[in-house]
Amino acid sequence: MAKRTILVSQGTCCKSAGAEQVYTALKKEAVKWGLEDEVEFKQPGCHGFSQIDPAVIIEPDGLLFAGVKEENASEIMQSLLPGRRPPEHLFYTEPHSSNTIPYKQKIPFFSRQQRFILHNCGTIDPGSIEDYVKGGGYEALHKAVYEMTPLQVIAEIEDSGLRGLGGGGFLAGNKWRLCYQSPGDQKYLICNADEGDPGSFQDRSLLEGDPHAVLEGMLIAGYAVGATKGYIYVRAEYPLAIKRLQIALQQAREQELVGKNILGSDFSFEMEIFQGAGAFVCGEETALLQSLGGKRGMPYPRPPYPVVSGLHGQPTLINNVKTLASIRWIINNGAGWFRAKGTEKSKGTVVFSLSGKVVNCGLVEVPMGISLREIIFGIGGGIPGEKAFKAVQTGGPSGGCLPADLLDTAVDFDTLRDAGSIMGSGGMVVMDEDTCMVDTARFFLAFSLKELCGQCTTCRLGTRQMLEILNRITRGEGRPSDLDLLIQLGEVVAQGSLCGLGRTVPNPVLTTLRYFRDEYEAHINEKRCPARVCKDLITYRIDHEKCKACSLCLKACPTAAIKGNKKQAYLIEQDRCVRCGTCLDLCADRFGAIECI
Amino acid sequence: MVDYELKNRIIMKEIFSSFRGTENELIPILQHVQEHFGYLPESAMLEVARFISVSESKVYATASFYSQFRFKATGKKHITVCQGTACHVRGAGKIQDTLERQLGIKEGETTADQEYSLEAVACIGCCALAPCIAVNNETIYGRLTPQKVKVVHEPIRGERKNGQKNHSGQPGNML
Repeated sequence: MAKRTILVSQGTCCKSAGAEQVYTALKKEAVKWGLEDEVEFKQPGCHGFSQIDPAVIIEPDGLLFAGVKEENASEIMQSLLPGRRPPEHLFYTEPHSSNTIPYKQKIPFFSRQQRFILHNCGTIDPGSIEDYVKGGGYEALHKAVYEMTPLQVIAEIEDSGLRGLGGGGFLAGNKWRLCYQSPGDQKYLICNADEGDPGSFQDRSLLEGDPHAVLEGMLIAGYAVGATKGYIYVRAEYPLAIKRLQIALQQAREQELVGKNILGSDFSFEMEIFQGAGAFVCGEETALLQSLGGKRGMPYPRPPYPVVSGLHGQPTLINNVKTLASIRWIINNGAGWFRAKGTEKSKGTVVFSLSGKVVNCGLVEVPMGISLREIIFGIGGGIPGEKAFKAVQTGGPSGGCLPADLLDTAVDFDTLRDAGSIMGSGGMVVMDEDTCMVDTARFFLAFSLKELCGQCTTCRLGTRQMLEILNRITRGEGRPSDLDLLIQLGEVVAQGSLCGLGRTVPNPVLTTLRYFRDEYEAHINEKRCPARVCKDLITYRIDHEKCKACSLCLKACPTAAIKGNKKQAYLIEQDRCVRCGTCLDLCADRFGAIECI
Repeated sequence: MVDYELKNRIIMKEIFSSFRGTENELIPILQHVQEHFGYLPESAMLEVARFISVSESKVYATASFYSQFRFKATGKKHITVCQGTACHVRGAGKIQDTLERQLGIKEGETTADQEYSLEAVACIGCCALAPCIAVNNETIYGRLTPQKVKVVHEPIRGERKNGQKNHSGQPGNML
């Protein structure tokens, strides 16, 4: 029988779910059952289906065990003995149908995706350059350096139609050509891995799971535009991604893939990892450049664009992690292969971090042009707990919330923009009937206010004014004229601010006002929060008929607001209640005696 | 006291030894300083300013711009509550409220005994595990509910019990 490989993913999510302990237990059991020569262990990056972590995958069979605990290690290893059957209770169970699915590729979350950017994530060992090379790694670099001129590489990328996957959607090939044409003694290349959007984790997973693909993309880009020095600007909040990058960079250096005379050619390229210090605005390219220079991350006006005058005044190419990870595939398979995926104006695939109120959270890679419905209901498995879908938020704080009747909207750069949202860097957060849209708008604005740099008056003061109005509305003190005022202020902020962040700050407010105006009106006119989120507009009550005086809520209440005696229905003292919802959560599955109105 | 200052000066010298002393190294230098001290002491920032030959205000201007840098010491267990979008819609607010109540401090504060500090952060990128918190930037606890938050702290308490000190009964130490 062929040697089996046991894969236990070790991304940040997987680790926190206990993947390390499972891995150790499996190894121990392998020794116990005399299987150490029969099986090989591998610790790849995140497979993307974080919902079922820790997962154990057996190759080449393709079996997947979901939600594995340490104590399951023994039965998994025993099932690999001749004549044994796999433990069926560990197979993935579809939440809606209760069907069990033994094979990874048959699980809808995986089978409905088309992965190439994420191809190696969850399958190869990110700490092993040999594993990457075995799967065709660095072949594209070899091809570019030995078989293509820089202009041919640029032409290939232009021809592919690849657009920047960091949010801007600018044609990557055009940017490369502009940088190539700009005169300069020393050109720079920067990989923008400052993934600051709340709700995105695809860049982190990619760096953790396939760091060499990003390095290879950078090397090819460097060769094409004539850059000799590269920086990876990565968030300090991603310690595991940084560690994996450092290891990958070290290995690439040892194999003479980074440094002088790469692969024995004339091409030389140095690389350095720079840790961002936690400023959302540094995802904006001019702010990023300031930060690299040791300054406050304040954006400055363009032109000149960084491709003409960037780091230290030299031509600088800045590309996102996913854009760079796509490069090797285009060089290997040709522009035509890439162009065949996607839509007229948006080519290739897009990676989303699907999260929020959705059954299957995780990383999703799909061709451009697919509908939101297919992502959320087909791959994501719909909304948990029989709740109703309310909205989907794409693009982080610069994006917007789209309602149910726009679920058939195609996911590509232009269609999303026309609907009032943006593709952004790939965050996709699903919201259900329990999410208050006014609170959501308030949440994003509060985030932006914390993160904006403060140099444009419209952005600095306008955002604050908008937030104060939203705070007022969520407290039940809104005025009917507030809605028009919000729109007016939003337009001023969008028009009067310099950078991409400032210009898009009002988006969450403007789109929720456009699609969920009734919720704003309920807050203002009826002093009611339909989703029962805004604390000043809700009250918790105990239904005396249903209350069994079990004392569970009474003991759990953090402010001792629940009063009652044995065999007598309880009461909530409203002026002590902090509306934390603890009692409601506890009672919901038992007696359902507590309601929120 | 003199020994303490001397020790710090040696640490700073060690940090500086891997840099050239140019302005664009400011952020990595500050990151190293914070790694050693847990925050940016004023005296250290003054020395950094001298080392890279910029004004002290410029060092402070840069440091205060970035949320990574702190000017106060954190507790031994630094708890960061993720307030990303996914965590927000899945109830991160309740998690933060619960932690604030249990620790007796507000977000951004440290307990009087320097054991715990609490900070709300934008997104730690574990959205599939929402809502989640991180302890000392390393251990991540996900899929939390207000009820589970106590469970989360059990290992922390266990560790402390095994140590020399036992703080039970002190104010601000409800865990």
